[in-house]
Amino acid sequence: MIAADQRFDEMIAGDGEVRPAYDEYCIWYERQEPGWLRRKHLEAEGTFRRTGITFNVYGEGEAEERLIPFDMVPRIITATEWRRLARGIEQRVSALNSFIYDLYHRQEIVRSGRVPERLFRDNAAWLPNMVGFTPPGGVYTHVVGIDLVRTGPDDFYVLEDNARTPSGVSYMLENRETMMGMFPELFTRVAVEPVSDYPRRLARSLAACAPPACRDKPVVAVLTPGSFNSAYYEHAFLADQMGAELVESTDLRVIEGRVAMRTTRGYEPIDVLYRRVDDDYLDPLSFNPDSLLGVPGIMDVYRAGRITIANAPGTGIADDKAVYSFMPEIVEFYTGERPLLPNVETHRCADPDSLAYVLDNLADLVVKEVHGSGGYGMLVGPTATRREIAAFRRKLIARPENYIAQPTLALSTCPVFTRKGLTPRHVDLRPYVLVSPGGIDITPGGLTRVALRKGSLVVNSSQGGGTKDTWVLKD
Amino acid sequence: MLGRTANGLFWMFRYLERVENTARLLEAGLRMALTRDLISAEEEWRSVIHTAGQRRGYQARHGTYTGIQVWNYILRDRDNTGSVLAMMGLVRSNARLVRNAISGELWRVVNESWMQIRDALSRPVSQGSVGDVVAMVRRAGTLAHGAMVNSMLRDAGYNFARAGTFVERADNTARILDMKYYLLLPSPSYVGTTLDAGQWDQVLRSVSGDRAYRWLNAGQADARGIVEFLVLDERFPRSLAFSHSLLRENLAALSRIHGAGGASGERMREAAEMLQDLTIERVFEQGLHEFLLEFTRRNEAIAGAIAQDYRFLA
Repeated sequence: MIAADQRFDEMIAGDGEVRPAYDEYCIWYERQEPGWLRRKHLEAEGTFRRTGITFNVYGEGEAEERLIPFDMVPRIITATEWRRLARGIEQRVSALNSFIYDLYHRQEIVRSGRVPERLFRDNAAWLPNMVGFTPPGGVYTHVVGIDLVRTGPDDFYVLEDNARTPSGVSYMLENRETMMGMFPELFTRVAVEPVSDYPRRLARSLAACAPPACRDKPVVAVLTPGSFNSAYYEHAFLADQMGAELVESTDLRVIEGRVAMRTTRGYEPIDVLYRRVDDDYLDPLSFNPDSLLGVPGIMDVYRAGRITIANAPGTGIADDKAVYSFMPEIVEFYTGERPLLPNVETHRCADPDSLAYVLDNLADLVVKEVHGSGGYGMLVGPTATRREIAAFRRKLIARPENYIAQPTLALSTCPVFTRKGLTPRHVDLRPYVLVSPGGIDITPGGLTRVALRKGSLVVNSSQGGGTKDTWVLKD
Repeated sequence: MLGRTANGLFWMFRYLERVENTARLLEAGLRMALTRDLISAEEEWRSVIHTAGQRRGYQARHGTYTGIQVWNYILRDRDNTGSVLAMMGLVRSNARLVRNAISGELWRVVNESWMQIRDALSRPVSQGSVGDVVAMVRRAGTLAHGAMVNSMLRDAGYNFARAGTFVERADNTARILDMKYYLLLPSPSYVGTTLDAGQWDQVLRSVSGDRAYRWLNAGQADARGIVEFLVLDERFPRSLAFSHSLLRENLAALSRIHGAGGASGERMREAAEMLQDLTIERVFEQGLHEFLLEFTRRNEAIAGAIAQDYRFLA
């Protein structure tokens, strides 16, 4: 692993030369008048506000709609780099899907001794009522977002597999729209793979997963927790772009063995439900009896094979940092190949030797909750205060099985635009992957998240991160 | 289309209409207050509050009727659930709820208008800026209707939106007329007598009908003429007859789209019969207040039947 000051910059090589991916962009950039660029920078924010591309934040008092900051310097990936990444992603997603299928069926991987049984037995995301059931087409992970980080020219690592309900794809699409609106001439100079057909690909992929009983054109609906959800904008956006209804659980009811939505004509059945709610809020009869949300009986309809739920209930079992640590074994077990995309080295604190190592090296490690997400509940050793480290040490000793630890990666940087010109900030990359019986479909690029604070490694929007347009160059 | 979405569209446009009409009322009040002495200016503002249906809330807050208190109360008072700010927020949150049933153009117009109005109303509105703020609110309505007419698919959603507009407009015009009728008709013997120019002007301005009325009636201003204009003239886009004539078209389109007309069609027919062949003499015979009461009752019955027929609620 390279040290933080030797970080890899996506645009500028160590010798000060512009890397090939950014050649055309830099030529263009140098020719632009700085004052004009600053105006464009401000204009971008106005565009996002007017379009209402916001996420909801709940602080004190009333909910607030916030913008995720957008940076107008694209993150650029060459066609060759992308081909390599895409192969690795496909391999990984294929293995994830086989793994979930296996866990809910014969559990060969446990029998073979490659992963311990406790990995899923004590896991809240494990759904016993999925055991022995095969979702339509055998697909569990209809939509996946794989978080990648880069540390060198050829060194990409998988940081997380978001196999439940990955969000952010609307930013991928809106960022591109915004860039094309602001800098049309750039897109005539540089040939960039388009992303705008993602909603169409999503609609097609979901329709291909319709239950076998569905004879006509499948009716697809997007299930949102409602307009107060932080990702509501995205739910509405995707439904709109796919031409699907955007439903809440109060719109749904089980009628004559089908899940149906209340339309102005009466209840009409749904074939595929792209749900953006957690398992817990799907069916109060099956999961959370205290919940007022959900559709009573939907799991019975599901198990009777009369609706597709995407992603499949119980998929969260693969979306877990303890499972993550076994991904190299999982990939090998199901694909028979070496993983093309490596994991970040991960210490499972449940293991006493690892715990001892982690406790000795807290100041250099990143420690994460096994079930956590969104950048909450984690310790970034190198930037934490002594007091924070001490507090975290106590939590870690109290519940070691709740944590994993990873070395602090020297995430690559990409320039962001500031008043004073370009300055490097750390980035990651989340490509979006669609799975159907027809195959695995990866939209070129994805969402680049950027830590806007100098030196920060946390790219989450809830923690001061922004986003960038991501370009995959055409050959 | 989802019943919940139809409901959202219907109410988005009801609130938008209400916002716009509230702005018209304020505009008329501002204009009148300028042309009056202090005492009748206070009367004027009292009448604006009453006509807006915000008397009770206002009295709990203020003891006197000054312009600056009245417009700040109507535009932005935190305790006023019917303030322009609150209602514009409802327009926008409904638009967000039905985001995938309206065009991007309409959404952006509503969102931008909301951002502007919210900023303009984030601090007290002074004498110097109230005119601009009211104009901004009026423009929000104009822009939204323009965006809708130009960009929205003529399917069920469009008709639910329009139905909301005309149900609300009919209600508002009837309410304004009812609140002002004592000005027009202190006693039945006033029918046919010439009114104080200021009084009829104020009624007409409240529905932005002063120019249109003058154009059609060449300065002839009597109670009969004004009431006839606001109730029966199908050419005037805020009259009861116009609102119900368009509402009827929207409901007919909805029942065509759905292949069945329900109770709402029935209620609509009944209300239409009430206006059909109606003369202004008959209105006065029945009593204007009684007539308007029955009209608004029927209008609400239509709204209720629409919600039932098209499953707005679970």
